[in-house]
Amino acid sequence: MSTLQISIYRYNPETDSVPYMQEFQLDTQGRDIMVLNALEMIKQQDSSMAYRRSCREGVCGSDGMNMNGKNGLACVTPLSEVVKDNKLVLRPLPGLPVIRDLVVDMGVFYKQYESIQPYLQNDTTEPTMERLQSPEEREKLDGLYECILCACCSTACPSFWWNPDKFVGPAGLLQAYRFLADSRDTATRERLERLEDPFSLFRCRGIMNCVAVCPKGLNPTRAIGKIREMLLSNAT
Amino acid sequence: MVTNITNLGRSGLSDWLIQRVSAIILAIYAVFMVLYLLFHPGLDYATWSGLFSQTWMRIFSLLAFISIAAHAWVGLWTVSTDYLKQAGARFAFQAVVMLAIFVFLVWGVQVLWGA
Repeated sequence: MSTLQISIYRYNPETDSVPYMQEFQLDTQGRDIMVLNALEMIKQQDSSMAYRRSCREGVCGSDGMNMNGKNGLACVTPLSEVVKDNKLVLRPLPGLPVIRDLVVDMGVFYKQYESIQPYLQNDTTEPTMERLQSPEEREKLDGLYECILCACCSTACPSFWWNPDKFVGPAGLLQAYRFLADSRDTATRERLERLEDPFSLFRCRGIMNCVAVCPKGLNPTRAIGKIREMLLSNAT
Repeated sequence: MVTNITNLGRSGLSDWLIQRVSAIILAIYAVFMVLYLLFHPGLDYATWSGLFSQTWMRIFSLLAFISIAAHAWVGLWTVSTDYLKQAGARFAFQAVVMLAIFVFLVWGVQVLWGA
């Protein structure tokens, strides 16, 4: 196996007027390592390389990036999955402002997450111990609660690229449904009311880029469809 | 909640429903037209004019015209709010589209009930 050609998006706002792509050569010694491991090896060649990482096992959601055109977590993506013709192109998550190299400003993403009020709301009297759920009620949260907010889905969504200030995006909407589907939450009506304008939810065109890239295998498009069903049965 | 005053139904939910229902009507109308043309290979003016002189066909056609008007407005409004970032340009585009839809709709009514 020859050395791997890695092309990385570089931008340091303090020294560069425009971003550029930097070429690196990497000898993986024939091992199928994760993209994050490759990045760590590159950082030893050039310590000015900036990227986010923490748990290195797909739990923290820090190292979301665009690898050969597809968003994903570098720590759980083996080279064999993304490298084509011995070439790998790494770019920051699309559509968000770049702070430096592969580090993006997630502000607008978190703002949309905040807009769906991602916490349990219940106006009934608090029980002494805890609010109980039946196994069936708890089952409804499967495929929703696992989201780690890595932003791979929202930054793969053209609707989010064009209107990140108005469209909640797949990650936020998956969480919106997580609380709509929760038997313990009583703010269903208010939650639905905030989503019925033409942008917050309905800017979703159902192209399912979010489903294609989600490193946790979740399905935001289905959650959006469920919210639409709830809105429709509420309003017709 | 995002405020909007230029979309058709003032709500994303109603726009979404209008888009789906109008699409179904347009699909039925299109299939009907294709079938009609297939079953009348040597179509002449008298037969064509006879079809459109019947009240049900005029109602069906007007329903299709109104559907296409609503469908086009919801669709093009969405396109304009996606891609036209400058408010003045966006409003100008929306005005032109709205005017065109209005003209075509009135013209369609005139064709259906005209001489």
